[in-house]
Amino acid sequence: MTTSHYILKNASILGGAKSDLYIADGIIKEIAPNIIHEGATVFDINGSIALPGLVDLHTHVREPGREDSETVLSASKAGAKGGFTALSAMANTSPVADTAGVVEQVFRLGQEAGYLNVFPVGAVTQALEGKQLSEIGAMADSVARVRVFSDDGFCVSDPLVMRRALEYIKKFDGVIAQHAQEPRLTVGAQMNEGEVSAKLGLKGWPAIAEEAIIARDVLLADHVKSRLHICHVTTAGGVEIIRWAKARGIQVTAEVTPHHLLLTDDLAASYDPIFKVNPPLRTQKDVMALREALADGTIDIVATDHAPHSSESKDCEWQEAAFGMIGLETALSIVHKTMVQTKLMDWQLVADRLAIAPAKIGRYDAHTKGLTVGAPAHVTVINPEKSWIVDRDLVLSKSRNTPYHGIELPGVVTHTFFNGAATLIDSSVVSKVVN
Amino acid sequence: MKHLLSISDLNAMQAISILDTASELARISDGQVKKLPTLRGRTIVNLFAEDSTRTRISFEAAAKRLSADVINFSAKGSSLSKGESLKDTAQTLQAMGADAVVIRHSASGAAQRLADLEWMSGSVINAGDGTHEHPSQALLDAYTIRKHLGKGSRDLQGVRVAIVGDILHSRVARSNVLLLTLLGAQVVLVAPPTLLPVGVESWPVTISYDFDAVIAQVDVVMMLRVQQERMSDLFFPNSREYSRYFGLNSERMSKMSAQAIVMHPGPMIRGLEISADVADSARSVIVEQVSNGVNVRMAILYVLLAGGPLEMVTN
Amino acid sequence: MSVALSAQDISRALMRISHEILERNHGSSNIVLLGIPTRGAHIAQRIAKNISEIEGREANVGTLDITMYRDDLRLRPPRSIMPTSIPASGIEGKDLILVDDVLFSGRTIRAALDALGEVGRPRTVQLAVLVDRGHRQLPIRADFVGKNIPTSQNQSVKVLVSEVDGIDEVLIEGGE
Repeated sequence: MTTSHYILKNASILGGAKSDLYIADGIIKEIAPNIIHEGATVFDINGSIALPGLVDLHTHVREPGREDSETVLSASKAGAKGGFTALSAMANTSPVADTAGVVEQVFRLGQEAGYLNVFPVGAVTQALEGKQLSEIGAMADSVARVRVFSDDGFCVSDPLVMRRALEYIKKFDGVIAQHAQEPRLTVGAQMNEGEVSAKLGLKGWPAIAEEAIIARDVLLADHVKSRLHICHVTTAGGVEIIRWAKARGIQVTAEVTPHHLLLTDDLAASYDPIFKVNPPLRTQKDVMALREALADGTIDIVATDHAPHSSESKDCEWQEAAFGMIGLETALSIVHKTMVQTKLMDWQLVADRLAIAPAKIGRYDAHTKGLTVGAPAHVTVINPEKSWIVDRDLVLSKSRNTPYHGIELPGVVTHTFFNGAATLIDSSVVSKVVN
Repeated sequence: MKHLLSISDLNAMQAISILDTASELARISDGQVKKLPTLRGRTIVNLFAEDSTRTRISFEAAAKRLSADVINFSAKGSSLSKGESLKDTAQTLQAMGADAVVIRHSASGAAQRLADLEWMSGSVINAGDGTHEHPSQALLDAYTIRKHLGKGSRDLQGVRVAIVGDILHSRVARSNVLLLTLLGAQVVLVAPPTLLPVGVESWPVTISYDFDAVIAQVDVVMMLRVQQERMSDLFFPNSREYSRYFGLNSERMSKMSAQAIVMHPGPMIRGLEISADVADSARSVIVEQVSNGVNVRMAILYVLLAGGPLEMVTN
Repeated sequence: MSVALSAQDISRALMRISHEILERNHGSSNIVLLGIPTRGAHIAQRIAKNISEIEGREANVGTLDITMYRDDLRLRPPRSIMPTSIPASGIEGKDLILVDDVLFSGRTIRAALDALGEVGRPRTVQLAVLVDRGHRQLPIRADFVGKNIPTSQNQSVKVLVSEVDGIDEVLIEGGE
């Protein structure tokens, strides 16, 4: 079947010993020193680090509905550029992904693009309204085989709806990914509630609004013995609750976004809505707690919450602006900066938090085996010695709302392989994926 | 200094020189001179995306007394009420050659956005942005306090000021806390706990929930407007209970020290935060605040517009 | 940098100007001196003191700030507004003598005439300056001059007075 096969020479496997990697027939065929194969394309990566292809559990691809700000294709290319081989398309599209028809459409668009696996996330409730359950079973049984369900953007705030959803998905080993935000405590909220919001006169978004839902939902998950995933944890208090729940054996997993590992609420002082995001940027104390929790496994994964927005929805007053920032292309560099350079994590843990663990939570079985012989060839190569300066005019996403414009970040993703095909070569996304 | 967006743009000397300039302008306008040629040929746009007759008129009078051309651009009937973005409006103003824009907007930070994004090249003067700041109001309040209680000093060292009411939603309170403390005054905020922002502990003020314990201790009682809709947002049970604990009536006023004054940025809700007899009493300087406002705003326009982008020279 | 006038030179020049003012106006009964801040105001005070001593009666003296009337505000940093004080006699029908330290382009005096127009209508307006350095840009001349100092455009003339600067001196800087 294969027309192209590759040898990655001198790869530091998960940041460890150097070896060669032979990729053919869509799988990792061989990991050994000095591999030679007639006709194989050879990339000597000269000590760069080989990781399992990254998996994002939280991506807004905007298609269908807002193709002006992102499409499945553009998100796929941005993903390949950032080292991703799978992403999870959030359900808050237009129409909402609350039926088998929509999730199958998104899934097929991902296959047609061919840069990575696009796994649709199904809505928990119809139209994300938090009232009636959506066709969860039909989505699970569809071609897209949906296992992750989320109303992300909105919290499933009604405890009875949340309980029923948690129970219902047990039928097929699904997981509810909760956007933890108590709606009554966050009416009109604009940024983290604290000293900065008091000074800026922006309506506060208390940490408790997130923590109260996390606390309630871990108890619900315990009661009905189902799987709960907490999206984008941002507070030190939330971390404490999850740590407690895990100690009790509750089936809860959690994610943190790259931006919450780095940025803090004082950036809002510019009133530049590029820093406006849901959930909001918190304090330095929270950032440090999140880093520690990611390192010790209390927080299981990094997920981007890549949220593209057109320029007009950011080029305005803070309170009028949309929430969200893009993140696929910068995620690995931010983790490098906040977790690896600080010596909180090594590359082996990075591989777990950004590839293996998210794939396990989503039941994306083709992505759970890592860099092992015989595994599907999803491989990401990062040169940790090089750095780059983020330029919003050069991003592959259709939107340019990155908070890192002009900032120098460490670590350059040079190659990405998806199912044995090169999607990124020397940091350039291939114009067409050739299998 | 190009813009006036927040009191934090000013250091103490700059704030004092604005007050001094306002004092001299007051002397000029108290005499026969009603109009100065200083800003002849300059265009000042009043961009009011939120209703505020008194602030707009005050800035308009100030600009006209300095011979500037004034264009009023108010929310009703303007493109801002038709969903046009702030950016497009600013670019329109730029095309019209505005040397300065006085902006009132319901969004906190709108003035700073206008200044930062280089949508236009003129000066931006914040005439109240959301629940953030209202620097010209604070300057006129400081001016009024200095006039009554400054004892000839240029700053407000040793003056004790109580700001009473809805601190949480008040841009007047935020600007006054910054300015009055910058000038050496001691500020105490008096409000129900629901109407104080989380994070207020970091402000250079003291906090009290007990108006009666504070009122005899201060030289200035600055009352803030309380909007009726706060009641439905559960900030306090009803207006009667609010008045009982945080309103200023003649009985409470009688506990004030001999020289103490009563201030209010307006518009007042008589009977809620302030009773009619207090508002009209001899202690009340509320009407004077309005007339001082014109001189202070003249001083602001002068400092921002009269020269190049250089710092104020004090000779 | 060179010293054009010493303290003694300044004192002598101001005494001479005081006498000339009295001579021209037939005594001090109808005159009002208005100095232009900062240094012109101090020079006006000294002339007034001379005149009071010569005449044995207080001369009318005040200050006139012209900051808000300048036509070159855009070209220079904003200046603090200085006090204007008109003596109780007023200026209506008076022989008014404007006093400044240096006469250069004439724009300050033009602004002063505009400012005066808002205050009242004197019978005559005269001008006394300590130094006339030439380079007029407007049809304005001084009636009483302490010293004519021909300068080049790129030189600057600095008048120091003891009330502000701790010393009485006129300096010429730059433009060799």
